Amino acid sequence: MWPFFHKLGSPKWFYGIATRLMPWLLVLGLLCLGAGLVWGLAFAPKDYLQGNSYRIIFIHVPSAFLAQSIYIMMASAAVVTLVWRMKLADVFVKATAPVGLVLTFISLFTGAVWGKPTWGTWWIWDARLTSMLILLFLYGGVIALDRAINDEKSAARAVAILVLVGVVNIPIIKYSVDWWNTLHQPATFKLTEKPSMPAEMWVPLLLSVIGLYLLFGWLACLRMQTEILIREQRTRWVQDLFHVNEGVR
Amino acid sequence: MSEPLLQAINLQCERDKRELFHDLSFSILPATVTRVEGANGSGKTTLLRILAGLSDAWAGQLLWCGEPRSRVRESFLRNVLYLGHRPGIKPLLSPLENLRALMAGRRPMGNKALMQALARTGLAGYEQVPCRHLSAGQQRRVALARLLVADEPLWLLDEVFTAIDASGVVAIENLLQERAAEGGAVVFTTHHNVQIAGTKRLVLTPGAVGYDD
Amino acid sequence: MMIKPLDQAVGSIEAMKAVFARDMKVAFRQRQDLLNPLLFFMMVVTLFPLGVSPEISFLQEAGAGILWVAALLSVLLSLDHLFRHDFDDGTLEQLVLQPQPLFLLVLAKTMAHWVLTGLPLVLLTPVLGVMVHLDGNSIAILCLTLLIGTPVLSLIGAIGAALTLGLRSAGVLLSLLIIPLYIPVLIFGTGTVAAAAEGAPVGAYLALLGAFLVLALTLAPFASAAALKVSLSNS
Repeated sequence: MWPFFHKLGSPKWFYGIATRLMPWLLVLGLLCLGAGLVWGLAFAPKDYLQGNSYRIIFIHVPSAFLAQSIYIMMASAAVVTLVWRMKLADVFVKATAPVGLVLTFISLFTGAVWGKPTWGTWWIWDARLTSMLILLFLYGGVIALDRAINDEKSAARAVAILVLVGVVNIPIIKYSVDWWNTLHQPATFKLTEKPSMPAEMWVPLLLSVIGLYLLFGWLACLRMQTEILIREQRTRWVQDLFHVNEGVR
Repeated sequence: MSEPLLQAINLQCERDKRELFHDLSFSILPATVTRVEGANGSGKTTLLRILAGLSDAWAGQLLWCGEPRSRVRESFLRNVLYLGHRPGIKPLLSPLENLRALMAGRRPMGNKALMQALARTGLAGYEQVPCRHLSAGQQRRVALARLLVADEPLWLLDEVFTAIDASGVVAIENLLQERAAEGGAVVFTTHHNVQIAGTKRLVLTPGAVGYDD
Repeated sequence: MMIKPLDQAVGSIEAMKAVFARDMKVAFRQRQDLLNPLLFFMMVVTLFPLGVSPEISFLQEAGAGILWVAALLSVLLSLDHLFRHDFDDGTLEQLVLQPQPLFLLVLAKTMAHWVLTGLPLVLLTPVLGVMVHLDGNSIAILCLTLLIGTPVLSLIGAIGAALTLGLRSAGVLLSLLIIPLYIPVLIFGTGTVAAAAEGAPVGAYLALLGAFLVLALTLAPFASAAALKVSLSNS
């Protein structure tokens, strides 16, 4: 296991693997997401209560799902950073935090847009929306801290500590916001809570979720490759990649 | 010759994408005084901070009494004294209180011994005055009193001569020399012209490193 | 010159006491700094009757929340000082280099911070509680929630203070990092008072706040200590 682990930590090795993996992730992701969205937006049946406006869940739910998973993935990478000091884990956190922020924002935005026809208002202090808003703050903090520290090694470790503190807090935040919600709004019905969704609805939903995960994989690889090139710009293999030394040799 | 206290093997340091030194190997033996030399920005302070365990910006191996330092961290900390640019003197506390606080987590000492040390650095009569009312040199002398009560075998001193007057410099020179004679090891940096017999030099120049015995 | 064996090191409790005592001593030499968070606390509370409404019914309903938010902001304001002075004069380097578990020393510093800021806020709360027309029972519950909650604020805040040490605009950054983490304590702190006002039993909520405190006591000092080492390494 250790040689493999060591290899996994090597930016050069990852760069090669990512290059081979990315076309697959992109094509499969676009296919799944495209199929899910077309099916969901154009062909899935209307909701008997909300009419067509519910269709925003085909964007809202996948982005909310992914936004939360990315934080969990970042936390796993943070453990690797702190325990094994693996460079690739830092790169992952740095590269994916902005993606998580954008997805959180998309899920909040679509939630707000959905709220307009459903509740007649752009914003409701619903438990899920509020939790997502706090997640947005957590992402914002991670990115702000990363930008504020110049030294990349220190930045990686400080950010890893912050991400871990955040991930310990996420369940507590979620629980307390749920409790707060019942305290203040005992009777409101919950966003996205569908007791029994027919297959014509959840299959396209599942497809778009899978599609977005695959696309995230592609984007993560791309962003990590970029970050690796910046960090390793002075190494031989990067210079060879761009034929910097060709004239010299 | 006795075992080295601290041993650096292929030490490499990079800060903000700039390599300060690489392949730096040396041993700090008991009963030696080593002066780290180099131009401004050559990494003298960084090297001392790395040796003290304050900076993580290094790669290579650091051995304390033959064992990897990370594995014997607490023993290492107990046996090493580091005094930096900022010597850890609180302006609101008096020299006596400062000295007592500096010793508290290591080896608490009675007031008498502390007062004696302060008197030896020329701070007699100032023991109870808040340090912010003292001059820069006098504040430095509080840190020097810390040296007088130190029993750590290895001292890492970064710019201890700053703001000290001529007689003070001589006193420190003598102190370091006595220290080496007793078997202690001292590593220091300074921009002053300091004369201590038998001083080893560790020269940091960008890209290349020289060490002569 | 012999290498000294480990067991000669002074006990960790002694070392913690010394750190705590020094912080108290320094704080009482500069008493104005002790008053600032309290003044800030009172001013923020004053803004609500002025900015929203002095109606008794509004203040009664919102009072506990206002006091909690004001206390939270006061603690946040004071956090910047927690390690800053020690960082500037080199005391922090000497602290990290002590042959002691760093998280215990950090815990001692955090406890001193709470005694110097959180505790005075709790003591001032009854006065402000009367000014926002809370009834006696609500004030008692509010004080209790603050008594359990403000140490959590200090403990979590110490992580942020350690992470942002030595950075430009550390104060703002500190708030950005820490406020989201304060939300659960705020929710349960004010929620408990609201539940008490409705006559519901509050024992379970107080126990939950206590659980937050235990969790923060056990985990936060490790995170703060790790963050301090990173910040010092970067300086």
